[in-house]
Amino acid sequence: MTGTFVGMPAFPAAARDALADTQLRHNLAHATATIRGKRAAVVGEVEHWEALRLAGAAVKERALHGLEDHLVRLEESLVARGAQVHWARDAAEANALVADVARRHGADEVVKVKSMATQEIGLNEALAAEGIAAWETDLAEMIVQLGDDLPSHILVPAIHRNRAEIREIFLRRMADVGRPAPADLTDEPAVLAAAAREHLREKFLRAKVGVSGANFAVADTGTLVVVESEGNGRMCLTLPEVLVTVVGIEKVVPTWAELDPLLRLLPRSSTGERMNPYTSTWTGVTPDDGPQEVHVVLLDNGRTRALADEVGRQALRCIRCSACLNVCPVYERVGGHAYGSVYPGPIGAILNPLLHGIGEGTGDPQSRSQVESLPYASSLCGACFEVCPVRIDIPEVLVHLRSKVVDAHRGDRVPKPEALAMRAAAHTLADAKRLGRAERLAGRVGRLVGRRGTTPRLPGPGAGWTDARDLPTPARESFRGWWRRTGGRLDGGENDG
Amino acid sequence: MVTCINDALFPGTGASVVRLLRRLGVDAEFPEAQTCCGQPMVNTGYLDEAVPLVRNYVDAFETYDAVVTPSGSCAGSVRHQHGMVARRAGDPGLERAVTGTSARVHELSEFLVDVLGVTDVGAYFPHRVTYHPTCHSLRMLGVGDRPRQLLEAVRGLRLTELPNAEECCGFGGTFAVKNSDTSVAMGADKARHVRSTGAEVLVAGDSSCLMHIGGLLSRQRSGVRVMHLADVLAATEDAP
Repeated sequence: MTGTFVGMPAFPAAARDALADTQLRHNLAHATATIRGKRAAVVGEVEHWEALRLAGAAVKERALHGLEDHLVRLEESLVARGAQVHWARDAAEANALVADVARRHGADEVVKVKSMATQEIGLNEALAAEGIAAWETDLAEMIVQLGDDLPSHILVPAIHRNRAEIREIFLRRMADVGRPAPADLTDEPAVLAAAAREHLREKFLRAKVGVSGANFAVADTGTLVVVESEGNGRMCLTLPEVLVTVVGIEKVVPTWAELDPLLRLLPRSSTGERMNPYTSTWTGVTPDDGPQEVHVVLLDNGRTRALADEVGRQALRCIRCSACLNVCPVYERVGGHAYGSVYPGPIGAILNPLLHGIGEGTGDPQSRSQVESLPYASSLCGACFEVCPVRIDIPEVLVHLRSKVVDAHRGDRVPKPEALAMRAAAHTLADAKRLGRAERLAGRVGRLVGRRGTTPRLPGPGAGWTDARDLPTPARESFRGWWRRTGGRLDGGENDG
Repeated sequence: MVTCINDALFPGTGASVVRLLRRLGVDAEFPEAQTCCGQPMVNTGYLDEAVPLVRNYVDAFETYDAVVTPSGSCAGSVRHQHGMVARRAGDPGLERAVTGTSARVHELSEFLVDVLGVTDVGAYFPHRVTYHPTCHSLRMLGVGDRPRQLLEAVRGLRLTELPNAEECCGFGGTFAVKNSDTSVAMGADKARHVRSTGAEVLVAGDSSCLMHIGGLLSRQRSGVRVMHLADVLAATEDAP
């Protein structure tokens, strides 16, 4: 794995490679089972969890409804408190704004709070191209960055790594970019954490510019909120002279009071904690306290496109808790990289196509097919919807996006074999007489080819089934054939398949 | 409603439903005009293609008091997807008809427990059994422990706990072919858990999931059989 998602293959191919990595599957099965158990236990303690979910979903719905007004209000509040507000339509605009701030302060490095928005826009790579080093200070993000790797989980970006691998990365890379790891480093979690702390402290104390995202932005008060577990975020938000915060426009909530259900739902759903360890809030500039120059970049990057999708827009409620990843049986087996984006798992399978757009002719053919493969990267088992704290009906959105993929190809000069097969099947299944004829034919073929009641290996797409699974042969007499012959009389002549 | 998979591949399960319902005094019929609920098309994104199937479905079942089906997945599709297909077709008449049939469709265990009010259906099945609650029964329909109540009342049957029972087996309709590697990885873990119980028979309420897990168990020559809940409940001492 190298440090970019660009040029990733479509999901089935990426998944095949990941499935072959037994260490990865072992790491993931262990880690997701642990987080699942913790989450289930603390969610079980809340008497009215379902009511809390409904409240959280309602807050985010209200925020999205009339988003424009809330954003204008947010801008007014922020400016009134001394912050500078910028609007970015896409990744390039957002990256240029951050780079500009760093350049004006002569900074050749920035310290970063873990942020999905800055991952999404590829900020670190963009700053590197300008000669500015962006240091990730979240422990897991630092592991990913030092390993020249990609994050594979929203909350635990290095979930695919184990302790031994982390020790090796620290020993190999820390010295290149700052304070080296101690020579007697072991793979004890406390020892690894201590080495990371020493390495990072040097950067916190030196950096002039901090960069963050925000979990929430309160329109009425102009307050930004970062929720984190390690305290590194608070260091980045308070020590540098200049702070730049990149916020997706869907992060706005209208009022301070509306944070209440969200701050109760998030820690239990994400880390399985009752209360969040470090919740930092800041409102513009406070004289002589914290950063004296505060910039806020309000990022669109496909969000208004997602908002325009009546079924899909509910994905913008997402508070990035990652509960859906931890319960997803597909994610557990293939890991995050197979999704080809910073948003993996079930939420990634809907968010990426919504942000990029399906069938809108954007991007090269490979990235188009990668995006179009994501709505199919699910068995629709519904475990994700069950745990989602803001009740995003991910299976519903997946099916909706699949229909958009199909519709985008209806005008293709050469239809896909799948489309032809589906049309043929629908034609047969739309009429009982046609179906009866097809079943009689299948029964005869089944008698010819099937031994021991199973179908031999099939060619073409059917091989996807028969390569690893037996398939029963079609019954000699279908249920419909039996009913027609006997009138459904159960005495004698019963068909047992 | 006999599902298209039961109709073509497992007709015995359809006959079990008829036998079971008649034993419980229900006047069960098979309207021959029925075909398929359209779920394979809907779940793969072919919504336009599903319209004639939904129309055919409501026509076939219009006149019945209750529609019973041995599939949580198909019952779920009728209840939660037919409306979406009808709306997309822009046909208010079809939408009204869909609302009617959706309210009358019952998955088998729902019908037995909620409508008929029975848990002991007089079945006899002297085997060690483990039960897999399929995803759509569990989450889309919320059948809860109804299938377990029914199984626990079967004479001779010994029920053993399936580890990670609520995790998807990996079938997922066309997912099993489009993402076959992932599907097989999920199914292989399910098969491993089934084997760890020492059960002779794996029971579930959806033939499609059983076809997938059973296909793996059979390829592994595990000796574990898969059976639909209806087949177990239909078995008696006289007609095992």
